[in-house]
Amino acid sequence: MKKLCRYPLNGKYGKYGGRFVPEVLMEAITELEESYKVAKQDTRFKSDLAYYLREYVGRPTPLYFAENLTKVAGGAKIYLKREDLAHGGAHKINNTIGQALLAKRMGKTRVIAETGAGQHGVATAMACAALGLKAEVYMGAEDTERQKLNVFRMKLLNAQVHPVETGSKTLKDAINEAFRDWVTNIETTYYLIGSVVGPHPYPMMVRDFQSVIGKELKKQFREKEGRLPDALVACVGGGSNAMGTFYPFEDDADVKLFGVEAAGQGIQTGKHAASLGEGAEGVFHGMLTYVLQDNEGQIQSTHSISAGLDYPGVGPEHSFLKTLNRANYVSATDKEAAEAFLVLSQAEGILPALESAHAIAYAMKLAKTMQKDQAVVVTLSGRGDKDVHTMADYLGVKI
Amino acid sequence: MSAIAQRFQKLKRYNEVALIGYVTAGDPDPVYTPKIAEALIKGGVDILELGLPFSDPIADGPTIQAASVRALNAGTKPKTVLQLAREIRSNYNVPLVVMTYYNPVFRMGLDNFFQLAKECLVDGVIIPDLPLEEAADYKKAARDFGIDTIFLVAPSTSDARIQKIVAATSGFLYVVSHFGVTGTKSTVEKSTLRLIKRISPFTAGRVPLAVGFGISQPEHVKRVVAAGADAVVVGSAFVSIIEKQQQNFKEMLSEIEETAKILKDATQSKAL
Repeated sequence: MKKLCRYPLNGKYGKYGGRFVPEVLMEAITELEESYKVAKQDTRFKSDLAYYLREYVGRPTPLYFAENLTKVAGGAKIYLKREDLAHGGAHKINNTIGQALLAKRMGKTRVIAETGAGQHGVATAMACAALGLKAEVYMGAEDTERQKLNVFRMKLLNAQVHPVETGSKTLKDAINEAFRDWVTNIETTYYLIGSVVGPHPYPMMVRDFQSVIGKELKKQFREKEGRLPDALVACVGGGSNAMGTFYPFEDDADVKLFGVEAAGQGIQTGKHAASLGEGAEGVFHGMLTYVLQDNEGQIQSTHSISAGLDYPGVGPEHSFLKTLNRANYVSATDKEAAEAFLVLSQAEGILPALESAHAIAYAMKLAKTMQKDQAVVVTLSGRGDKDVHTMADYLGVKI
Repeated sequence: MSAIAQRFQKLKRYNEVALIGYVTAGDPDPVYTPKIAEALIKGGVDILELGLPFSDPIADGPTIQAASVRALNAGTKPKTVLQLAREIRSNYNVPLVVMTYYNPVFRMGLDNFFQLAKECLVDGVIIPDLPLEEAADYKKAARDFGIDTIFLVAPSTSDARIQKIVAATSGFLYVVSHFGVTGTKSTVEKSTLRLIKRISPFTAGRVPLAVGFGISQPEHVKRVVAAGADAVVVGSAFVSIIEKQQQNFKEMLSEIEETAKILKDATQSKAL
């Protein structure tokens, strides 16, 4: 078998991935793939991207030894890769700045995006404002309600927000609407997908842009500890921060990889978003991957306390890593995530995004089972300011 | 020769263009579908297209999205649709194609799906989110059971791709008239007519060319027929009648039949 980092082969990760889209999009997607292939090798594109990541996004982000959290967990050392300190407060900007540079290079003037928690929408709005592109963001009406702060941030950044009233009114429906917009306006419009999902080349391209997380982490950990970490932990909705974390380690077999999905109110209640844990193979949003669906192949609605994990599909490369047993996919409930939010806030003075809090919750459990001289790195994918209302509701506090 | 091919051959003898009528099966409830199909057929539809509803129809506009929601809420399952197809097909000598998205078919398993489709007398299948490159297993399973696979081309499809798609399609070629999703439009764009003229040389003598998306008025039909189409697909116009007349079934049926008749008359403009 080929080294894992060589995938995708012909747009596929084993059998996963591919390009299941309406014919209208086929030429545009092929053009995108070609443009990306050329850009990736281009000195100018590479130096522009490096410039923006350094000067605009604020990279590299720190790898912080969470000494207090380590004591609370009582086991292996816990390090945090601080994506919450990237511009905009989440890892999403790594991808949006890369794709916005590509959109500009391709001569597109209008950028559309979908968003769940609003983090990708905000990061798209920021990148587009910085590069002089027009941004329009589709967001499920339910999500615009629970993430009002991010909706207003997008508007301040001059992006147009379209609330989506169809289906479950969450992330999957926002993606459906973005696809419908794209087929209608394909000649002028660039679709800036926010996770490692969708038809090829998106899962590969988003992974490549996000792999700056894992590359930095590898170097930083080596400087601090002189070796590779024992385990990496990241939350998985679509799976972009996890893929960016895992990718540079895929062929380092000694490094264990853990993706943490949203168990919502508990796997047994059916109200969760654990696509890899509980889903079945299916074709959704342009890719063959694990999907939460019923016996007839209808896509199911999901539940999570964090809008960013509330998605019934998952990136195809995660499905591949699961099938190969290269990565372990576990889950944390709403309650575990909320508790982890409080623990990290109080122990380290860091408010994590509720998405990232799922990873913290599992990392603490995992660290406890490991030796004190071992180390776990958790990708703290975003900061929690956007979630303070949700936490207030959870705690029964009025603010 | 498939029933669809035979139907086109027969129409050709009379210099007629085919009217393909679409409705979502199970909308507003599976019990209505056979009568709705009957109204379409009485009105003059040459080929019936039944939508098998999917939860996330990305190629469809608001009208068919809403129909899918109504059908799913009424408990319409893939097997329900295929059984409805059998009931309709055994009563009428009108070719029947099923249109759906790939996941319900994938979930059932390609062989299981096509075996059941064959048992239910389905003549052809259309899957708008399954492009040629991903369709090898699908085409093989369909061929094994003798069912036509109808592929789509779009305004953005290059000549090189058109040739490949024409080679893969059977029954007819479905030409998406414009950039966008399904739904009625006020006019037929000039670009649609140019598109038909661009594609016709590839389909001539090989496979009939059907034009769909946004065709709802007799005027539209006449224009695409004049441009060289062998068939027109009308969907959202019928689905809107179902939506509007949900509470008045008799009215719904007569309006569907009347609309089909007017559109069918427009297809005969070629003969004049």
